[in-house]
Amino acid sequence: MAAISREDVAHLAKLARIDMNESELDHLVTELGAILGAVARVQEAAAGDIPPTSHPFPVNNVFRQDEVRPSLSNAQALSGAPAQDEERFKVPQILGEE
Amino acid sequence: MSEINVHSTAAEMAAALAAGTTTSVALTNAHFEQIAAVEPAVHSFLHLDHEGALAQAAAVDADRAAGKALAPLAGVPLALKDVLAQEGVPTTAGSKMLENWRPPYDATVVKKLKDAGIIILGKTNMDEFAMGSSTENSAYGNTHNPWDLTRIPGGSGGGSAAALAAFQAPLAIGTDTGGSIRQPAAVTGTVGVKPTYGGVSRYGLIAFSSSLDQAGPCARTVLDTALLHEAIAGYDPMDSTSINAPVPRVVEAAKKLDLKGLKIGVVKELLGDGFQAGVRQRFEEALEELVKAGATIVEVSCPNFDYGLAAYYLIAPSEASSNLARFDSMRYGLRVGDDGSRSAEAVMSLTRHEGFGAEVKRRIILGTYALSSGYYDAYYGSAQKVRTLVKRDFDNAFAEVDVLVSPTCPTTAFKLGENTDDPLAMYLNDIATIPVNLAGIGGMSLPCGLAPEDGLPVGFQIMSPGMRDDLMYQVGGTLEAALVSRWGRTLLSQAPALGGK
Repeated sequence: MAAISREDVAHLAKLARIDMNESELDHLVTELGAILGAVARVQEAAAGDIPPTSHPFPVNNVFRQDEVRPSLSNAQALSGAPAQDEERFKVPQILGEE
Repeated sequence: MSEINVHSTAAEMAAALAAGTTTSVALTNAHFEQIAAVEPAVHSFLHLDHEGALAQAAAVDADRAAGKALAPLAGVPLALKDVLAQEGVPTTAGSKMLENWRPPYDATVVKKLKDAGIIILGKTNMDEFAMGSSTENSAYGNTHNPWDLTRIPGGSGGGSAAALAAFQAPLAIGTDTGGSIRQPAAVTGTVGVKPTYGGVSRYGLIAFSSSLDQAGPCARTVLDTALLHEAIAGYDPMDSTSINAPVPRVVEAAKKLDLKGLKIGVVKELLGDGFQAGVRQRFEEALEELVKAGATIVEVSCPNFDYGLAAYYLIAPSEASSNLARFDSMRYGLRVGDDGSRSAEAVMSLTRHEGFGAEVKRRIILGTYALSSGYYDAYYGSAQKVRTLVKRDFDNAFAEVDVLVSPTCPTTAFKLGENTDDPLAMYLNDIATIPVNLAGIGGMSLPCGLAPEDGLPVGFQIMSPGMRDDLMYQVGGTLEAALVSRWGRTLLSQAPALGGK
């Protein structure tokens, strides 16, 4: 497996929507390289034809009754909003200039 | 029964409340006094809710005076890990991202605590979003181990464990994704249980890794832990992974004090050279007590546990990278740099840069990598296969024995700052606790002595099959009684005095 590069980390940070400065990128390249080297061991164990487990106890088709239940009021739902306007969440511009 | 004070067990406090020899208001005030006395040294709490707790206590006292039927722990105080939503009370998960956030609803665990009349004193410190083994990843400062203030209290639930060991509360709630209840319990000489996955509702628990996260009870004795377990466990339609089955009878099991006919397996792979000599010594002495109580001990091999740590550090960050996408600065939590010129995406990226600490960023990036196309099969896919292998190891072992045991951690509490520059060394603390989470079964840690070389607490881990949580309580209760009788006192009575009462 190829080692992780600085460009890889910068790309991942962009995908994860986390701004990163130069020194954070420097640190992460080294740390992630070491961590990936250690966790790559899973490939030795998982070489055979083994079904994956995503959940400890598979529970399928969990439905609830289709009935009206109490829910948060508008004011409650907005209580933690960084900004609000006319009983709605107010967010920065979604679309670019062009 | 001697006079009730903050050193009493929760069961003793409950009995005194029922007998009318104390009140919940008096008990709650006594704990706030103890907190005021020792909190500057320990820093277990991120928020104290004097007003809410005393109002709750007065209401329980009034109900009792009116002759109403009350739950077993009604009126007894508790410390709540800050990862559980409590309506109107600051809930941060140890992160700047949620500074000053007050949830508009209660987690199911919190609702059950309130319904049971359990008094919530405040919210305890933790590693940011429960990622860590020392509570040093909290955005709000370190918690100090009451046994030695220069050492870590474990993590992520270091605040809850330290609050118990410093007699700031007799009961606490923790959450355990890879050992965050059991490892803090081990290094502070307290008891902590990760119930079977699905045994306690995750609704209102700020998610880290949803297929591994499990809330559970923490206390200073096995019986107190069992009493709290029964108060918070049970099916919850609000959690789609909640198990719809009766709660195991853990209180009854904790009182059995007999192991006749029980077969206990020692996991060979969790007792190697990586374990501190004093940890191994106290663990082996505890095994002798189990034999005296009537159990048969055999050695069991779980060869795939060796890959557990690696699988965990792919699965947990992968799920975290997805779960923590919700912190996008739009609907709640921190928003940084919204000056009218930046786009939503730029504000989001700036907010996540400012709001998340180094370990959280590391895990989000690692998880993003493990899930990205081209690497998914090699990393996340392989980790899920290892999860199957670990489960099979447990299934094979439980075909031979009733429960499995190991030391909870390879070492006693290390020094604050000792591992902060080496993520891999920090991750090794979880080597013995992680297999339990991968398989979704139950795990308990209880104290089995002090390591001779450093005088610090050693944790004994008991692992029981899914929804047989009663078995670990039976073994834990019996072992605790045998050890306390051998020592002539409890382990925590040997902890250094911190001031307070």
